[in-house]
Amino acid sequence: MSFDIPEELRYLDSHEWVRTTDGTARIGISDVAQDELGDVVFVELPDEGEEIDAGDDFAVVESIKAVSDVYAPVAGEVTAVNEALFDQPELINEDPYGDGWLVEVELADPDELASLLTAEAYADEIDS
Amino acid sequence: MGRQTPLYQRHADRDASFTDFGGWEMPVEFDSIRSEHERVRESVGKFDVSHMGQIEVTGSDAERLLQRLTTSDVTALDPGEAQYAAITDEEGIMLEDTVVYRLPDGETYLFVPNAGNDEAMAERCRWIRSEFDLDAEITNATTDWAMIAAQGPDAPERFEEVTDARYTLDRFEIERADVAGADCLVAATGYTGEDGFEILVPEAAATTVWDAFDVQPCGLGARDTLRLEMGYLLSGQDFDPETEPRTPYEAGIGFAVKLDTEFVGRDALEGVAAEGPESKLRGVQLIDRGVPRHGQPVTTPGGKEIGHVTSGTMSPTLGEPIGLAYVDVAHADPDTVVRVVVRDEPKKARIRTTPFIDR
Repeated sequence: MSFDIPEELRYLDSHEWVRTTDGTARIGISDVAQDELGDVVFVELPDEGEEIDAGDDFAVVESIKAVSDVYAPVAGEVTAVNEALFDQPELINEDPYGDGWLVEVELADPDELASLLTAEAYADEIDS
Repeated sequence: MGRQTPLYQRHADRDASFTDFGGWEMPVEFDSIRSEHERVRESVGKFDVSHMGQIEVTGSDAERLLQRLTTSDVTALDPGEAQYAAITDEEGIMLEDTVVYRLPDGETYLFVPNAGNDEAMAERCRWIRSEFDLDAEITNATTDWAMIAAQGPDAPERFEEVTDARYTLDRFEIERADVAGADCLVAATGYTGEDGFEILVPEAAATTVWDAFDVQPCGLGARDTLRLEMGYLLSGQDFDPETEPRTPYEAGIGFAVKLDTEFVGRDALEGVAAEGPESKLRGVQLIDRGVPRHGQPVTTPGGKEIGHVTSGTMSPTLGEPIGLAYVDVAHADPDTVVRVVVRDEPKKARIRTTPFIDR
């Protein structure tokens, strides 16, 4: 089985990804994570305006068979949540790096990004 | 590494994901739980259920032994018939639920304990044999048999392609049949609510029969969502002598308890039957967003705890979050509005009778 691991993103070994644009970080779960979970049926997301810390279990993704916490790769204030997931949680399976994103946060400390895994390092983690 | 069924390599070759279940390494998913589930509801799927135990009882007191062991009336079985039953301890607490088959020869009884309970149930038979001084031979034949379930509305038609038998079996009947060249026992039983069969296949012929019946393979994930939509019990989860000690009346299978027979636990259950159980297993359906899961508390709208969830999922058929929960009888009427506490958050839910779907 080979997984999609976009080069331009940063990752946690717990299978979250981050895409940064001008101080805003979009967060989701990786292709590996969605495949492991199977059919996603429910998501619980933080409210806009909520502050999250790096390492917080800030969201929950549930598939038919499993409940999984999602950990924050970076700290910041939540500026957007993907409300489309409330009606179509399967977007996480269909497009984990695109329409299946979870939240956007305003980065509290851009230096945190340096501590995240590169695509290459994340791919090595999965293989090991 | 757990026990493996004779079909393990087939499943691995088909890229199934595996899980430990009752000490067996079992396929949980081949493609996706949702698609496997839908295939069974709409057409047909096959399941490897070789992790289920097979205990054979023969001898002049075989019937008497089964009558002591199980809550149902085994004397009502003609050759080639089967019945659902509970196995209880002296206090009437469920140790197991099972199907008892009287094989077509009329001499052999075979019952099917759940995964991992085969030796404990064989041992229980030996205990009953000595306790009541019975003449019976007890064989744990779990590894002699593979078991393949073919389930779904198209199961009878598709199954006729691999057997000479004419499929006229009624529910809970069993007969011998040649399936893809193997001498099998075919029973019209299942765990999905659909038409179909459970086929006992000699271990050596397992892969031949599995391959011959060329339909969607399904894993334990779909097996769980299918049985949950029907409200069927899962041993070790909806009842368990250690973690969820329940009588058959609490578990909603009072229909399988015949108090005019002499099974172990009968006297205790007579008392429960007279007074009624204090709690009952009910369906719950969440009204708020969320998914009920094993262990979550059930409360009144005011927050008083009245029970807990034992099984839950998002129903693939209904697209609704459903579960099974034990609730105090005072709050167990259908349509009672309760709360299921999901991660400290009370979610509005409705008590329902099962099955959740029309079957």
